[in-house]
Amino acid sequence: MSLLVLAAESVPEVSFTRDANWFLENVWIVPLLPALSFLGILFFGKRLPRGGAELGIAALGLAFLFAVVANIAWFDHRDNYDYRDAEPATELDHSAGVGDTVLDIDGESDTVVLAAAEESEGGEEAHPAVAVLKGRTWFENGGVAFAVGTLLDGSSVMMLFVVTLISLLVHVYSTDYVKGDVRFTHFFAFLSLFSSSMLFFVLSRSTIQLITAWELVGVCSFVLIGHWWEEKPNSDAALKAFLTNRVGDIGLLVGMIILFFAAGNTFDIVTINEKAVAGEISQTALTWAAISLTAAVMSKSGQFILHTWLPDAMAGPTPVSALIHAATMVVAGVFMIARLYPVFYEGFGIADNSVNGLAVIGAVTVVFGGLLAFVQDDIKKVLAYSTVSQLGYMVLALGVGAYTAALFHLFTHAFFKAGLFLGSGSVAHSVHSFDMKKDMGGMRKFLPTPFITFLICSISLAGVFPLAGFWSKDEILVGTGGLGVGADKANGSYHLMLIMGLVGAALTGAYMTRCIYLTFFGEFRGHGHPHESGRAITVPLIILSVFAVGAGFLNLPPGFLAGSAEEPTGWQERFGHFVEPAAAYFPPIGHAVPSWGLAIIASIIGLAGPAVAYWYYFVKVDGLAKQTGEKLTELPNGITSRNAWAGAGHAVLVNKYYLDHLYNDVIVAGVKGPLARVAYWFNQNVLDGVVDGAADGAVRSGRFVYDNIDQKVVDGAVNGSGFLSSQSGQGLRRMQTGKVQQYAALLFAGATILAGIFIVVI
Amino acid sequence: MMLNQFLLLAAALFCIGVYGVLTRRNGVLVLMSVELILNAVNINLVAFGAFRDNVMGDVFAVFVIAVAAAEVGVGLALVLLMYRNRRSIDFTEVDALKG
Repeated sequence: MSLLVLAAESVPEVSFTRDANWFLENVWIVPLLPALSFLGILFFGKRLPRGGAELGIAALGLAFLFAVVANIAWFDHRDNYDYRDAEPATELDHSAGVGDTVLDIDGESDTVVLAAAEESEGGEEAHPAVAVLKGRTWFENGGVAFAVGTLLDGSSVMMLFVVTLISLLVHVYSTDYVKGDVRFTHFFAFLSLFSSSMLFFVLSRSTIQLITAWELVGVCSFVLIGHWWEEKPNSDAALKAFLTNRVGDIGLLVGMIILFFAAGNTFDIVTINEKAVAGEISQTALTWAAISLTAAVMSKSGQFILHTWLPDAMAGPTPVSALIHAATMVVAGVFMIARLYPVFYEGFGIADNSVNGLAVIGAVTVVFGGLLAFVQDDIKKVLAYSTVSQLGYMVLALGVGAYTAALFHLFTHAFFKAGLFLGSGSVAHSVHSFDMKKDMGGMRKFLPTPFITFLICSISLAGVFPLAGFWSKDEILVGTGGLGVGADKANGSYHLMLIMGLVGAALTGAYMTRCIYLTFFGEFRGHGHPHESGRAITVPLIILSVFAVGAGFLNLPPGFLAGSAEEPTGWQERFGHFVEPAAAYFPPIGHAVPSWGLAIIASIIGLAGPAVAYWYYFVKVDGLAKQTGEKLTELPNGITSRNAWAGAGHAVLVNKYYLDHLYNDVIVAGVKGPLARVAYWFNQNVLDGVVDGAADGAVRSGRFVYDNIDQKVVDGAVNGSGFLSSQSGQGLRRMQTGKVQQYAALLFAGATILAGIFIVVI
Repeated sequence: MMLNQFLLLAAALFCIGVYGVLTRRNGVLVLMSVELILNAVNINLVAFGAFRDNVMGDVFAVFVIAVAAAEVGVGLALVLLMYRNRRSIDFTEVDALKG
């Protein structure tokens, strides 16, 4: 890969203008469609027969079709694009770097396909890696060109598919879920804007665009979380989400500013990445940029210690939670790392390392997020902490250099998590509550479709062979290269991350088993008669669970059933081939070799967790409930009440590691209290002294001034001028007759006199 | 081309306009006289434009016509309001600003 970079540097014929597929070039239409529907719904939504929902669905449907075609086009582009056939771009300046040639200062739109041949000596399959760049200079200032445009490569085209599909399903689902809501139209308008912002984000070509879209996503989430703002907890949750994200946004701004200067005054993502790969940016700058950007990821993607906003964000309507947690918002952070991967890869020294900031944050989040899911009574909060934990996996994967695994997990997670959220919403919709312990139980009898889809998505989430979650999670675990797994080809040996990942896998299955038992099994504990949801709710659930089963087969490990680790065949590594750029703007990451042993061990550990939970809930609790005839949700005399240590641990979890207390009572109050006291002391002793002294002096000098200057000099002048103007006014008032025509006569007379003077003098 | 005829015509029109503005009591007639003044100016502009073979004169004349239309609109509105309040459009009667 370093050869490749050298080739890009020394051989000028590396960039060509050549038309890519029309769909790849004009991909900006995809974010435009929901943006238009946002405006359309906002202005005309109330007048439409379905309150604007049809506009949003139509726009997302078209965007989804466009995204599908773009994906197919990308397949073709990625495999068959032969840069050697293309004419060299003579009009471009070859002496500049690849990224520089892209910027056309005239503001002319141009398309540049970045190509780099992977023609290694080892006889590896030669395929050009290409990204379709399109854009124009927005404005220039101080010699810096602000370019806007689209940067399309495998990861963004994959995200287009995920975002448009999930968003389309969420739109359809919402038509039933928020039916009759006071702000139905408003809800759909912002759903569209939310999708549009995320699509804009994944296509961003410059860091400026990235920041803009990042903030847009944040604002939309604020609006949608606080959709029912009349209730205080909802608007509090929206504020908390927004403010927590502001903390990270500072990191984002700082990181982007560092990158701007370090990469030689450019906002262009490709240029920044190329320079980072080529080692043209100092290690210190890259490290600090990576640390700052990690702070942004921690807030946006709900990584541990800044994740606290995410469970509270459940206050929003369920479709919004599905959209936030599956396709938009939280994956924005993960995608940002993938977008600027060279910065993180070089900045944290991911290659040949065994621990780094990103991987540690991810690993801690996996376990700590998973543990919190055990003590939640609210079904959506279980899923929220599950999302925190799964996002931890993605960040962990990026931290250990498993780029493809991270994006693949993002891809599969989007489907089963959206399925779980929409399923939980369907249950909650029928019992009008989210509380599993009080108002649910035995729901499988009332809601068969949501039950089955929820079960499938849970199994997929728990990573059971051969559902989607198994393949993506396994790939992450292999990618850690810990404990000698695939170590010769991985990016280092991250032992700790592998262990944390395995623990997380066991926890995932266990908390989902608990959630399923409390929701769908046992006796119904709520009131009324739950009813099966309508087709607008069940159809999206079925589609999502199909993906939750099948999405994993897109990236089978090489050597699975056919082929070998060296020569993948069929669908093996298809996804990785699709998303992973092999161009000069991507770092030379290693690819761990899949291991059967690890897959089996991970499966055993992953099934041990649910097995324990099954024994506890389905055997012990259910058995006791049947014996006594009571509606139990846990054993009356459990380990938490018998063992002090277990009880303490439970209390820590229930209080969410006291992080909210830390933020509100310690940090905020700690700053607020002493600051107030210091300010008070300062006020009393310093400011008051100064003020009192000044006041005393002012009184003395004021009296002197009054007696001498004011009374004699000023008053004299004022009275004198008043007398004068009164006298002259008396004289002049005779001219003011109030007759318009007299004024006009004076005007003309004056003009005539002036004209006469003008003629005489000149 | 003889410029003088146009300038004399314009001057005559201007004077008639000024006379009308100063002597007429009827508000509508005052406004009409103002129109005469403006059109005298227009004749000057067009004449000078043709004389110097410069299109700017015509452009300005068109502008003046547009502005004059707006001015008449405002003026007639004032006259109308005056009529509603006083049942009269005699300009000599409105002297509330007398000093």
